[in-house]
Amino acid sequence: MSDQLLSALPGAASEGFVTVAEAGLRGMITLRGDLGRLTFALAPLGLDIPAQRAITQADERSLAWMSPDELLLMLPYSEAAEATRTLQEELRGEFATVANVSDARAVFALRGKGAPDVLAKLCPVDFAALKPGEIRRTRAGQVAAAIWVAGEDEMRLVCFRSVAQYMFDLLTTAALPGSEPCLYS
Amino acid sequence: MLLLTCPCCGVTAEETEFTPGGEAHLKRFGPGSSDEEFDAYMFQRKNPRGVHFERWRHAYGCGKWFIAARCTMTLEVFATYPAQTLEPPAEVIEKIRARRPDWEGAQ
Ligand SMILES: [Zn+2]
Repeated sequence: MSDQLLSALPGAASEGFVTVAEAGLRGMITLRGDLGRLTFALAPLGLDIPAQRAITQADERSLAWMSPDELLLMLPYSEAAEATRTLQEELRGEFATVANVSDARAVFALRGKGAPDVLAKLCPVDFAALKPGEIRRTRAGQVAAAIWVAGEDEMRLVCFRSVAQYMFDLLTTAALPGSEPCLYS
Repeated sequence: MLLLTCPCCGVTAEETEFTPGGEAHLKRFGPGSSDEEFDAYMFQRKNPRGVHFERWRHAYGCGKWFIAARCTMTLEVFATYPAQTLEPPAEVIEKIRARRPDWEGAQ
C-alpha cells in the first residue's frame, strides 16, 4: 500500500458567495442486504439503522439510508479497512454485502448561507424541504450525488471520485459572486 | 414537467432524476411461443394518448424500479407503485377512473 493517501483534489477550495472545499479523505463502507438483519452488526459502532432517507450520527461516524436495501457508513478514513473486515466477519453467512468504497468517493463541503442556493441551480430538489438528519440522493448537473445538511450554513455532498473535478468546477461556477438566486437566503 | 414520486424511497422529483423504462405490465413470450406472440411482446406497444402504465427507474436516487400510471397528454400522474406488481392494483384503477371517467381500461 502506498504511504501517500490522497483525496481526489487535495486542498481544492474556491471562494464565491459560498465557499466550496474538497473535504479530504473520508472512510465509506457500503452495506447491502435486508436492513433489519444488518442491525446487530452495526450495534457495536453505536449506530442505529436510520429511517427512510435519514442519516444518523454518533461521534465521528454516520450512517445513511441510501435505498431500501443499502446503507452507507461514513467514518474516519483510517478506520475504514478494519471496520470493513469486522463487518464482513460479523455478517458472514448473511445475504449481505460489505464493501469499502472510501477510495471511490469524493466529499465536498459548501459553507455559507447560500449553500442551498448553489445546489438548487444544479439539482432537481426543493432544498427548503431538506432538513438536518436527512440525506438526499439526486443528480448535480450530469452526475449522481448525495447531499445532507452538515451543520449551521454547511452542506456536504458526496459523489464518485472519478467526477470530482467536474463536481468542483460545477459547484465553483454555481457559487460565482453575483450569481446568487436568493431562493433560500 | 413530469413529477414522479418514487414508492421505494418516497422522494418526489422531476423526471430528470429518473430513467424511463417503457411500457409496464408486459407479459414475456420467449422460447416456445408463436411468432405473433413474440412479435407482440418484443415490438408492439400501445403508445396511447392518455392513460399509460410505465416502468421508471429512480436512477439518480435510490436506484429502484417502479411503475407509474400517468396521462401522456397532461403529464398528470395518477399513482406510482412497486415494480413487483403484475397488473395495475384496484386502488390505482379507481384513482384513474375518478380522473378519467371515459377511460376504456387497461386492456
Ligand atoms: Zn427512489
